[in-house]
Amino acid sequence: MLEAILSFLPRAIAQGTPLLYGSTGEIITQKSGNMNLGIPGVMYVGGICGVIGAFLYEQSLPSPDAINPALAVLIPTLFCLIGSLLMGLLFCFLTVTLRANQNVTGLAMTTFGVGFGNFFGGSLIKLSGADIPFLALSATSNCFKKTLPGAAQMGWFGKVFLNYSFLVYFAVAIALVASFVIKRTRTGLHLRAVGENPNTADAAGINVNRHKYLATCLGCMVAGLGGLYYVMDYAGGIWANDAFGDRGWLAIALVIFTVWRPNVGVLASFLFGGLYILHMYIPSGMNLAVKELYKMLPYVVTIIVLIISSLRNQRDKQPPQSLGLPYFREDR
Amino acid sequence: MNKTKQPLFHIVKRGEMPWYFSWGIRAAAIVLALVCCGLISTIVTSENPIQIFVTIFDGSFGSSRKFMVLLQNTAMLLCIALALTPAFKMRFWNIGGEGQALAGALASAACMILMKNQPNLVVLPCMVLTSIVAGALWGLVPAFFKARFGTNETLFTLMMNYVATQLVAYFSVVWENPKGSGNIGVINPNTMVGWFPEILGNKYALNILIVAVVTVAMYIYLNYTKHGYEISVVGESERTARYVGIKVEKIIIRTMLISGAICGLAGLLLVGGTNHTLNSAIVDGRGFTAVMVSWLGKFNPIWMILTSFLLVFLGRGAGEIATDFGLNSSFGDILTGIILFFIIGCEFFINYKLSLTKTSKKEEK
Amino acid sequence: MEKRVAAVKMRNITKTFGSVVANDKVWLDIYKGEILALLGENGSGKTTLMNMLSGIYFPDEGDIFINDEKVVISSPKDAFDHGIGMIHQHFKLVDVLTAAENIILGLEGKLDLKVASEKIRQICDSYGFDVDPNQKVYDMSVSQKQTVEIVKVLFRGADILILDEPTAVLTPQETDKLFAVLRNMRDAGKTIVIITHKMHEVEDLSDRVAILRHGHFVGDMPTKNTDAQEMTNMMVGHSVNLNIVRPDPVDPQPRIEVNGLTVRSIEGVLKLEDVSFTAMSGEILGIAGISGSGQKELLEAIAGLQPVESGSVCYIEDDGTREELLGKDPLSISEMGVTLSFVPEDRLGMGLVGGMDLSDNMMLRSFRKGKSFFTDRKSPRRLAKQVVKELDVKTPGIETPVRKLSGGNVQKVLVGREIASAPKVLLTAYAVRGLDINSSHTIYDLINQQKQKGVAVIYVGEDLDVLLELCDRILVLCAGKVSGIVPGRGAKKRDVGMMMTRLGGNNNE
Repeated sequence: MLEAILSFLPRAIAQGTPLLYGSTGEIITQKSGNMNLGIPGVMYVGGICGVIGAFLYEQSLPSPDAINPALAVLIPTLFCLIGSLLMGLLFCFLTVTLRANQNVTGLAMTTFGVGFGNFFGGSLIKLSGADIPFLALSATSNCFKKTLPGAAQMGWFGKVFLNYSFLVYFAVAIALVASFVIKRTRTGLHLRAVGENPNTADAAGINVNRHKYLATCLGCMVAGLGGLYYVMDYAGGIWANDAFGDRGWLAIALVIFTVWRPNVGVLASFLFGGLYILHMYIPSGMNLAVKELYKMLPYVVTIIVLIISSLRNQRDKQPPQSLGLPYFREDR
Repeated sequence: MNKTKQPLFHIVKRGEMPWYFSWGIRAAAIVLALVCCGLISTIVTSENPIQIFVTIFDGSFGSSRKFMVLLQNTAMLLCIALALTPAFKMRFWNIGGEGQALAGALASAACMILMKNQPNLVVLPCMVLTSIVAGALWGLVPAFFKARFGTNETLFTLMMNYVATQLVAYFSVVWENPKGSGNIGVINPNTMVGWFPEILGNKYALNILIVAVVTVAMYIYLNYTKHGYEISVVGESERTARYVGIKVEKIIIRTMLISGAICGLAGLLLVGGTNHTLNSAIVDGRGFTAVMVSWLGKFNPIWMILTSFLLVFLGRGAGEIATDFGLNSSFGDILTGIILFFIIGCEFFINYKLSLTKTSKKEEK
Repeated sequence: MEKRVAAVKMRNITKTFGSVVANDKVWLDIYKGEILALLGENGSGKTTLMNMLSGIYFPDEGDIFINDEKVVISSPKDAFDHGIGMIHQHFKLVDVLTAAENIILGLEGKLDLKVASEKIRQICDSYGFDVDPNQKVYDMSVSQKQTVEIVKVLFRGADILILDEPTAVLTPQETDKLFAVLRNMRDAGKTIVIITHKMHEVEDLSDRVAILRHGHFVGDMPTKNTDAQEMTNMMVGHSVNLNIVRPDPVDPQPRIEVNGLTVRSIEGVLKLEDVSFTAMSGEILGIAGISGSGQKELLEAIAGLQPVESGSVCYIEDDGTREELLGKDPLSISEMGVTLSFVPEDRLGMGLVGGMDLSDNMMLRSFRKGKSFFTDRKSPRRLAKQVVKELDVKTPGIETPVRKLSGGNVQKVLVGREIASAPKVLLTAYAVRGLDINSSHTIYDLINQQKQKGVAVIYVGEDLDVLLELCDRILVLCAGKVSGIVPGRGAKKRDVGMMMTRLGGNNNE
C-alpha cells in the first residue's frame, strides 16, 4: 500500500505540473480581466518551440555527448518563452487593442496553436528521418530531468519531495510568487483593479491596456512553460502529435477550482494530476473499458466544483467582475 | 514642465454605416488573410503562389467527389453552428457542441448496434429520436444549473465535452469490433442497418437537405417567432425579460434543449449519414469551430452558410496543400487560425475608426 | 474688485461622440479659491467638459491651461499630476477592495497599507470625515462611498476638485455635512467645481455659476447677482413656466390597497416594514423619501417583481371585487386582467431593451397576444409610429435602437408604451430623472392625462418641489417605513423633508 502511494504521489505531481503552469498563467491573465481560452494552444506552442530549440541545438552538435547542459536547458526555454510571448501578444492585440470578442479569439488561438504544434512536430519528425511517429530528444531531456542531488538517499521523503527536476520546483515557486504579488504588492492591487473595474482603474491613473498586455503575455509565458515541461521532462523529450491532449482545458478549469488563487493551485493541480492518472492505479482486471470511465474523473470533479462554487454566493469568491469584457474608455 | 506629448490619433466609435461598407471590410480582411496564407505556404513549400491558390481551389472543386465532401462538411459544421446560435443569442456561451453532438452520435450508434436485426424502418426513427434526446439531455444539464444557481456555463459545457468523449471511449471498448482493437469499426457493413438511404444517387444529399431545412427553420425561429423574440430579450437584458413577465429560467432551459437537440441531430448525421461508425474524434473539433462560424456570421443563419462554407473551403484547401506538397495535415489548422485572426481583427475597423487629433490653431486673445 | 487668478482656463474645447456634438468651442475659466457651480440641462455637456479636465476624455479640439500654462491631459494620471481630482456621479470604486486600497489605487511606490491608513485618518480628522480604511466597499452605504471618493482625491493632494452631482444620492443631513466640508476646503484655498441642476444648492453653496446649453457656453456670473428663474432661462434658452398644473381628482375610488407590506432583500436587510396605504383612482399618489428608502421595492412588489415577506396588495375593481396581487408574477397579473403599467427607474436596463429598435421595444408588452407561434410585427410598428408622432420623439426612425436616443426620448418611448395599454394603475419611478425641463413637462402632462382618465398613479420622485406641485397626496417613506401621508396641496417642503429623515417628522422624539 505504502509502495503504491510512494509511486502514485510523484506521478501525480509530475502530471499536475503542466496543469499548475497553465492555471497560474491563466489566473494571472484573468486577474487583468482577460479570459484567454487560447491557453491550450499556447501550451502547445510553448512545447513545440522548446522542441524546435532543442532540435536545432542537438543538430548543431557533433555528437550527443558534446552537449552543454546549461545551453541545452537555456535554448529550449528561451524558444518556449518567445513562442508563448508571441501568442500572448497576438491575443492582446486582438482583444485589447482591437477589442475583439475574447471567447472567439481564444478558441481561434487554440485551433492555431494546436495546429502549429502538430505541424512543426510532424515536420521535425520527418526531418529527423525516423520511421517512428515521434521525435526523441533524449539528450536534451536528460539535462531537463536532472533532479536534486541526494534525493535517493533520503528514503521516502526524498522520493516524494526531492526527486523532481527544476521545472517542477519552478512551477511551485512561480505560483507562490504570483500569489504574493497579486495579494500584497501595488502591481497586484492595480492588476486586480483593472480586472474588477477597468473604468475605475483608468480614472485612478492606472494604464489599463498596459496591465492587460503585461498580465496576459506573462500568463502566456508561464503557461507555455507547462508545455515545455511536458515534452522535455514528463514525456522524456519525446514529441508525439496530440500527446499533450486536453490538459490546457483542465488548467482553465483549475482557475475556477482554486477561486483565482495560484497558491491553492499548487495543491489543486497535484490533486488533478492524481485524478488524471488514477485510472492506472485502480485495479480493474481485464476490463479496459472501465478505465475510460475513470478518466472522466477530473472533468466530473470540475463540474461538481463549479456547481458547489455557484451555490456559495460569497462576494470575494467571484470571478473578476469585468472578466471577458473589452474596455473602451470613451464607451458611453 | 513642458509636456507636449499629445496622442497622434485616437479611437472613436463609428455611428451607423451601410451594410456594404462593413461587408467590404470583411471581404478585404479575407483577401488579406488569403494573401498572408499564400505567403506562408509559399515560404513553407517554396512553390509559386499561383500554384498554391490553384491547389486550394483543387481541394474543394478538384473533382465532383471533393465538391460533395466540401458540401457535406459545410453542412455538418453549419448544423452544429445553427445549434449553438440560439444559445449564443441568449448570451449563453455553449461551447459544448462537441459533447452534445457526441452524445447524439453515441445514441445513434447504440441503436445501430443493439438493433442490428431490426428493419431500417424501425431502426432509423429510433436513431432520430434517441440522438435528439441524448443531445438535448447533454444541453439540459448545464442549462439547469445555470438557470437555478447561475453556474458558469462556459466551463460546464466544456467539461461536458470530455465527459462525453470518455463515455464514447468506454463504449468503443465495450462494442469493439474486432475484439482487442479498441475500435468499433464500420457498423453493420453488410446489412447497412441504420445507414441513411441514398437520395439523388448521392450518399450525402440527404444530410445536406436536412441541414438546409434546419437552416431555414432556425432563421424563421429566431426572427419570426415568439420564442425567438424571448431569446433576444433574455440575451439583451434579463431584468427587462423579468419585468415583462418572461420566465428567464424557462427560456434558458428550453433554448438549451433545442440547442442540444440540434447538436444531437448533427451527431446522428455523422454516424448514420456519413461515417457509419463511432469514435471519440468523430465530431472532429466542429463544436469549437462552430462557435466561430456562428459568431462570424453575426448569429444570422443565412450569413452562417457563408462563414461555414468559407472555413471548410479553406480547411480543405489547406489540407490539399498539405498532401500535395507532402506537409503535415495540421497545416490546415494553422491557415484556418490565421484567417480567423484576420476576420476577428477586422471587426474593429467596422465598429471604430481612428481619427487624427486636431489642435486648435486659434491663439488666445 | 479683487484680482482673480484663473486656476484653469479652457479654450475652444470641442468634443464629439459620433455625430453628437457634446461640447462646441467652449470657453471656461475657473478661479482659485472659489466654488463654481456648473449648470446646464442634461445633455448640455457639463460632465463631458469636466471629464476632459480629469483625463477621461480627450478633446477633439481646443486647449487647456492650468495656472496659465498650456497642458495636455491625456489620462487621469496627467490630471492628478496637475492637481485635478474628480468625483464622478457613478462612483469609481472597486467593490471587492477596501477603502484604503481604493484610495491608494494608481499611486506609485511600495505598497504599505499601514502608512496609507494613517494618512487617511489624518485627512479624515482635519475635515471631519468618517472612513474605516479596512472596510470593503461593497459593505458601504452610498454616502460612505462618496466620502471615500473625496478622501481619495484629497489623498493625492488635489487642489482642484470637481464633483459631478454629488448630492443626488445623499440625505439632506448628509448634504449639509458635505457642503460644510466643501466650504472648509474652499477656505483652505482649494478650487471646487460642482455640477448640479438643483437651484437651491447652487444658491446655497456656490460663489459663481457658469451655464452650458447644448454644448455651448452661455455665460457666467456671481451667484449673488442672479436667481433661479434667470438661471433656468439661461439653461433652457427661453423663458420657462416652472409651474405644473394639478387638476382636482374626479370621483376617487380605492384602487390599490396595500396592507402591512414587509420586504427583505436577499441579504436579509429589511427594506420595507409594515407599509400600508390606499391608492385611489383618478389621483396621483406621490412617494417621497431619500433614495434607497424602499421606493424601488414598493413599486416592484406591487408589479409582482419583488418577493415579499408578509402583507397584502389588493387590486380593487370598479365594482368592488378584490384581487390579491402578491405572490403573482407580472405575467399572471396581466392574465388576471389587471392592466398595470410600470415605468421603472432603470429605463434601458429594465423598461426597454437598448439594443432593440423602437418597434421591437413596443412588442415587449404585446408579443404574447394571440395563439400563433409567430410574432405579430405589424401592430407594434403601428404603435411605435403613433408614439413617435404623438409624443414628439426625436428619432431617425422606428428602426433605430433605443440606446441611440437621448434620455428624454428614451423616456417618452417607455412612457408611451406603458400608457398605450390603457392601464388602470400606473407606477412610475423617477420618471423625469435626467430629463431636461421641456421633456419633464411633457411627462407631467402625460401623467396628468392618465390621472384625468381615472388611472391610479403612483409617482415616486426625488425632487420635493415637483412632488408638492404635482401630487394629490404624498406618502413619505423613511427607512422602509411610512413616515406619514400628507395632502399635496398646502404641504410644506420643510415638513416633508423632516418626515423623510425622521419617522412622523417630529423634532422632539
